[in-house]
Amino acid sequence: MIRTEELLLNVGPQHPSTHGVFRIIVKLDGEVITEATPVMGYLHRGTEKIAESLNFTQIIPYTDRMDYVSAMTNNYVLVHAVETMMGLEVPQRAEYLRLVVMELQRVASHLVWWGTYLLDIGAMSPFLYAFRDREMIIDLFNELCGARLTYNYMRVGGVKWDAPPGWLDKVRAFIPYMENKLMEYDKLVSGNEIFLARIKGVGAYDAKTAIDYGLTGANLRCTGVDFDIRKAEPYSLYSKFDFDVPLGKTGDCHDRYRIRLEEIRQSLRILKQAMEQFPEGGDTMGKVPRVLRPPAGEVYVRIESPRGEIGCHIVSKGKAEPYRLKFRRPSFVNLQILPKLLVGETMTNLITILGGIDIVVGEVDC
Amino acid sequence: MSEEQGKDGEKPVVREAPADAEREAKLKAAAEARAARAAAKEKTESEAGEAAPEVAKPPSPRQPELDRLAALIKSEVSESAVEDAYLNELNGDMPVIIINNSYWREVSRLLKEHGELQFNYLRNVSGVDYETHMEVVYHLYSLSTKREAAFKVKTERDAAAVFSATPVWATANWNEREIYDLLGIDFPGHPDMRRIMMPDDWVGHPLRKDYEPIDPEV
Amino acid sequence: MEFSLESISIEERKELERNVFMGTLEQLKAWARSNSLWPLTFGLACCAIEMMGTGASHYDLDRFGVMFRTSPRQSDVMIVAGTVTKKMGPLLRRLYDQMPEPKWVIAMGSCATAGGPYIKSYSVIKGVDQIVPVDVYIPGCPPNPAALIYGINKLQEKIRYEAKTGKRVTGR
Repeated sequence: MIRTEELLLNVGPQHPSTHGVFRIIVKLDGEVITEATPVMGYLHRGTEKIAESLNFTQIIPYTDRMDYVSAMTNNYVLVHAVETMMGLEVPQRAEYLRLVVMELQRVASHLVWWGTYLLDIGAMSPFLYAFRDREMIIDLFNELCGARLTYNYMRVGGVKWDAPPGWLDKVRAFIPYMENKLMEYDKLVSGNEIFLARIKGVGAYDAKTAIDYGLTGANLRCTGVDFDIRKAEPYSLYSKFDFDVPLGKTGDCHDRYRIRLEEIRQSLRILKQAMEQFPEGGDTMGKVPRVLRPPAGEVYVRIESPRGEIGCHIVSKGKAEPYRLKFRRPSFVNLQILPKLLVGETMTNLITILGGIDIVVGEVDC
Repeated sequence: MSEEQGKDGEKPVVREAPADAEREAKLKAAAEARAARAAAKEKTESEAGEAAPEVAKPPSPRQPELDRLAALIKSEVSESAVEDAYLNELNGDMPVIIINNSYWREVSRLLKEHGELQFNYLRNVSGVDYETHMEVVYHLYSLSTKREAAFKVKTERDAAAVFSATPVWATANWNEREIYDLLGIDFPGHPDMRRIMMPDDWVGHPLRKDYEPIDPEV
Repeated sequence: MEFSLESISIEERKELERNVFMGTLEQLKAWARSNSLWPLTFGLACCAIEMMGTGASHYDLDRFGVMFRTSPRQSDVMIVAGTVTKKMGPLLRRLYDQMPEPKWVIAMGSCATAGGPYIKSYSVIKGVDQIVPVDVYIPGCPPNPAALIYGINKLQEKIRYEAKTGKRVTGR
């Protein structure tokens, strides 16, 4: 019988696989984790406090910087919350533009995840492939709103810019390109035996645990729970589109991997339909008062971001600034299950499981 | 085009004056509308508080949902557990129930375990500082019945404390730690009550309305 | 060894001028250092994604000899990409201290430069230059990859200039 001594190991905050500045202190018995304590707050920037002294249009850029991998969905949740409060109508063309950029963003976000996840596990080249294809989406966004990462594109009541001439054709051309590349990804990675050995059966949990921990997004759907807010409580124009919600069975990292790749495919499907339905002309900005003063009261809206349910809780006192603004950040909530999953796993699986949850630290810390 | 230019060159002041008047009028109209809205809301709120069935407005389709919820809590826990119950019109008539702080522990358990409610998914927990009191808002959802509701628990500002919901919903764990860190509401019964965002030696709770940054700049 | 330049033929002399460069040892060192800047992967926030994008296939930082290292012990330059909070500050300083000399710092983005959009925040350090000496500031929120490459080029220029003239570009 080999007796080992307990070892306290600090992972992060500067660690290439923690996706930013997330830190986790693990107690090790040999190579098996006996206890894990996540420490965060290294990127806590006080967005919610800053927002209390800004008007709603000024808060939009701050939402970009929360989940910086998927800024468009963050934009949407804020403007959607204000529109719900004020009962504003959004023109069709603006709503379609929003939907298109949100789905493009979902593809881009999952590509970042795919690339970095495989990089964490030890495959270098998929990262290069993923960023090559992500760059195409970034170029599309760049042409649309002049920024590569923090778009500040949506406004309460519409969008800031109409699509430039020829932009929609570029999106149309991108869809079949990406479909082909997805097949390439599958050939390249999805059947790789070493990769499968690393992720199959790792970090599994059941549906009850997932619901109890409030997981959303692929982290919930990998256990077979059919809950996608785009379907369950349709917002924007999602009720007009035909798409599937991929579900898993076992709730392990492999299911989460499969679901995310399938979600890219479904997003492309939505995009294809959106391109067919896209209205010819029309306004991109609805009738909005110059100063946005939502009525006193509160509202909680939620949408499906690439990482799960992102919610926005606004308490207003009838002023131009929110009285209290709280974001329900999916990464923050999803990450809570990590200490539970890690107990009994080996050190190598820490990275596999952490990557599989798909966090963005800007959103965890806010 | 030429007309515009002529105007511009002529007298810019004249052009602005009607715009200003228009804006004034708009602002006034907006203020009136706001006041009316606020008054209407107060009215419905107070009415809903007095007696739920006597709502003057056309009853919302979700009114029975709210009544049932309030009745269940009253019968299962205590008559005084429900302080107030109303529908949040701004938010698609979401049922909102204000729970008495001392009963929150029993109510939270009931909400999750009662066969009819099954609020098994805690969407969001947020703390709000109302300067006169603190409030913790729980947004709940049931994945089996597809119902949603918000529950509020009020607590006083000094020595703010709300019983922890972590034993019921594991999601509440970090959310409550965040609220403790930023707003200074204590959650007795929480397994691991520490600061989560700020360093451990931080003084004060930044999201409180009267927070003064007292830490030195680096 | 005796060697007279007059004793060689004109052809030989021309050949020599093509192949022999005169300079100080410092310049040679600077030339080598500036062409193999190894940054520490120190992604903090949004800028980190742009930094990753710069390192990836489309912009390809490797062609400048810039290869990301994961350990401070192996790196020459720290690219502070993102918002530095008060909780992160001491750790950033420790990582900087762990890097071997000579070392440089690039403050990427407006957060690292001066606090950026979070200047009014209670938890953000307003500029990383309050903790570590910074050589190059790159504006932008986030700076696009071309700006980061330009910043790295500026740092290379600075290293060579300092070696050539013996002057410090920033007097600190």
